[in-house]
Amino acid sequence: MFAGLTDRSWLWLAAECYFVGLLLGTWSLTRRNRQSGVAINTIIAVGYLFQLTGLWLRGRAVGGCPLGNTFEIFQFTAWSAITLYLIVGVTFRLSLLGYFTSCLAAVVTIVSLAIPAWDATRREHIFGGNPWIELHAAIALFSYGVFALLALTSVMFLLRNFSLKQKTPGGGFTFLPSIMDLDSMSVRLLVIGVTLLSISLAVGAVYWLRDLQSVNLTKLLLTVVIWLAYAVALGLRLKGKLLAQRFAWAGVILFGFALLSLWPVDASRHARPAPARVAR
Amino acid sequence: MSADHFFVLGATHHTAPIEVRERLAVDAGTAEALRGELASIPGLREFTLVNTCNRVEFYGVATSPSAAVEVQARFCARQRFTAAEFEQFRMSLSGFDAVRHLLEVTAGLDSQMLGETEILGQVKDAYGAAQARGQTGPVLNRVFQKAFQAAKHVRTDTAISSGQVSVANVAVDLALNIFGSLAKTRILLLGAGDIGEKTAKAFQSRGAGSLSVASRRLESAMALADSLGAFALPFWLMPVKLAEFDIVVCATAAPDTVVSHATAQTAMRQRPARPLFFIDLALPRDVDAAAAKLQNVFLYNLDDLAKIADENRAAREAEIGKCRALINTRADALWKHIEPRLQASLNGNSPLPEQGRPA
Repeated sequence: MFAGLTDRSWLWLAAECYFVGLLLGTWSLTRRNRQSGVAINTIIAVGYLFQLTGLWLRGRAVGGCPLGNTFEIFQFTAWSAITLYLIVGVTFRLSLLGYFTSCLAAVVTIVSLAIPAWDATRREHIFGGNPWIELHAAIALFSYGVFALLALTSVMFLLRNFSLKQKTPGGGFTFLPSIMDLDSMSVRLLVIGVTLLSISLAVGAVYWLRDLQSVNLTKLLLTVVIWLAYAVALGLRLKGKLLAQRFAWAGVILFGFALLSLWPVDASRHARPAPARVAR
Repeated sequence: MSADHFFVLGATHHTAPIEVRERLAVDAGTAEALRGELASIPGLREFTLVNTCNRVEFYGVATSPSAAVEVQARFCARQRFTAAEFEQFRMSLSGFDAVRHLLEVTAGLDSQMLGETEILGQVKDAYGAAQARGQTGPVLNRVFQKAFQAAKHVRTDTAISSGQVSVANVAVDLALNIFGSLAKTRILLLGAGDIGEKTAKAFQSRGAGSLSVASRRLESAMALADSLGAFALPFWLMPVKLAEFDIVVCATAAPDTVVSHATAQTAMRQRPARPLFFIDLALPRDVDAAAAKLQNVFLYNLDDLAKIADENRAAREAEIGKCRALINTRADALWKHIEPRLQASLNGNSPLPEQGRPA
């Protein structure tokens, strides 16, 4: 039944799963039904397998990690967030995190699929056949997935904080995790994200120092600024200077900035001369 | 009629005022003696006594209606009630109505605090006690087991038990929304009055870690601390020690503010990453309302808590129709299963069928 499906068809199936998770979660919330957690996790897991298959097919076709255009970058970021959710979210049983992850994954994957221009062309051999550069790119995008999850826990924190401050803890807010659980999870995610991005930049820096012309200045600056911003946020949090809703807002705003930076970063790669584009 | 052979009789908070229920209440020793007496009633084949602060009920299976009359007579004799006096407050149902009543009781629909969950444990205990003494048989076994299933079904599929309806439990739920677990929280109770004590007990019953009591009269604080298994703290030390606590239950009779904005701010500077939850149950209020504006500080006063409790109560009441429909369906199916077997077995004077006995 699935044998002849293209990579995009698998990715559409994944996006549909995430969307169903979103719908089911919304329906459960409106009906105050706590039982849908298992169902949502199952749907996310099925979507994850579809997405993994789609990315694997794409990776096999291009002979490397599928990060050759905006579409692939968005898909990979959503896949990273889901991977981390399936490890972290299910382990720590943060209620509603599955729902929020489903929402994020549905939006990111559907938007990337709905804009054909993002996947109209892709550059081949963007890593110059160097597996370390490929690793650098994959870890960097995986860290973005971590930051995506951090943005979700931050949004959940803001909602929980708002409901408690406004003295309206009932309704859909009932299912949100506690302030302390969300804060603790956000700090852990920030530590993981900053560590991964640091490793990625360290790997990239080794090759950049060998050939300073190999990396576009815009990409370099944006990536370093994002890394620095998250690192500063982590430092301030650990020193007790950036706390509660301010810390949560930082998690949301920084991820928005990181997500927006993907366009110029990707465009800067296309701006480089030489490598040929292949029509899909 | 087989319907008369399955009965419930007793008195509840719906039929008897509290002073009557006090006289009807059966202590453990009396209950034991009464069970022994009831077991000797001719024709009473199965029975269970459900005895809580709001109800005393006898569920029975009898070969003739006279057995139920005899149960009432023995109970009245023990509790020094005349039959006429007891009948003013008596609740008596049989057949399908008795089955439905048990299902409603077990699901918390008949409770004074609608949807409360404690009653399920109490009914289970009552059934367990009767079963251990060999006083239940196939009918009561099946009816009680089905009642437990129905209670679980009602609580899972409706919002009848969602949200707390007492001020103390609302406060505990809010604390859980902030801290996740109470095991590692430190609680300070300001004031040694009744409402503070009840709230402190609610926290302890939900697994609160450490509790301290501070009162202007140190001896009152020590006495309450002693009864709660808590620590006593001199009241004047409170501003200095405030940062060490996560939850502060304020219930003093002080005419002025006890915790000022500055005091709360100083405490938060020492613990900026950890929330501080004030539960202000005092009138006039103990905590300066401006403290709520501080980051990581949550302040709820008596009106805030009462409003949430009222909303939860209204939400539960809105679920009654749905619950009753679920209970009616289950009671109907259960009665249809039991009635023919009850009739056949009583006519034939043979032992009741065993298929209802739980595994």
